[in-house]
Amino acid sequence: MSTGWLTVIAVGVGTVLLKAVGPVGVAGRRLPTAAERLLELVAPAILAALVVVETFASGRQVVADARLAGVGAGVLCVLARAPFWVVVLCGALATAAVRALN
Amino acid sequence: MRKGARLALPLFPAVAALGASFGVLARTAHLGALAAVVMSATTFAGSSQVAAVSVLGAGGGAVAAIVAALLLNARYAPIGISVAQSFRGSIAKRFAQSQLVVDESWALARGDLGVLLGVGTVLWFGWVGGTAAGAIAGQAIGDPSKFGLDGAFAALFTALLATQVGSRPRVAVAIAGGVVAALLIPFTAPGIPIIAATAGVVVGVRRR
Repeated sequence: MSTGWLTVIAVGVGTVLLKAVGPVGVAGRRLPTAAERLLELVAPAILAALVVVETFASGRQVVADARLAGVGAGVLCVLARAPFWVVVLCGALATAAVRALN
Repeated sequence: MRKGARLALPLFPAVAALGASFGVLARTAHLGALAAVVMSATTFAGSSQVAAVSVLGAGGGAVAAIVAALLLNARYAPIGISVAQSFRGSIAKRFAQSQLVVDESWALARGDLGVLLGVGTVLWFGWVGGTAAGAIAGQAIGDPSKFGLDGAFAALFTALLATQVGSRPRVAVAIAGGVVAALLIPFTAPGIPIIAATAGVVVGVRRR
């Protein structure tokens, strides 16, 4: 098996199982209230981490590059209550523009 | 489910465009078009797929690529548990439906299973279709970073985060999670900062 296919299959199987753990393992059962509260708070924590990592991480390096313009445009779009596709389009355009200028 | 599909339609071109960029990146990592499409159809998690092909493209080998991608997807265990209660029916049905859980469908659904499945289905077709188009048209598109698609990812997550910070404890948790991730980037493998950021929930619990 090639390196590429090995990666595709292993990541595919692993991700399928990770996604199934909750819905197959604990569906229909109620979790303790404290656990429920905790899990509700997972959303903002992980999304904030994704913003930070997708903006500043380049491997293990913290860099400020053209992606920062993309996030800036995204923030402006959110403040203007723009739909998601406008956010994505503006984010891409701002990032591409700054990258072209550099 | 129809409501979810309607919510997801504006995201469709964006996800298809991101899928196309993954298809292009996969070609540069010597992954064939079929392998790229199979990966999008089964893994269906953008950042982990891009991470895997970038490691392969840089000559990091299969083990490094697999570990990096699965670390990035480890967040789907807590995410899946957080929506688990809305799933009903047989194990096979719940198993199949759980595959439509992605960041966007989970964030937009807020516990509504119909919305989650609608968003997930639309985005799956956009993601897989975009990947096929990108992988086949790969060489003609050229360097995807020139189109700013990496910055579009960050902008999209910013918009999704904005829907999740409606109260002060949630704002505090978001800040804590972001800080934890930022501090860990230089010291840990890619993916770990995102998982470790879940520790930020401690701040929100204390504030109640």
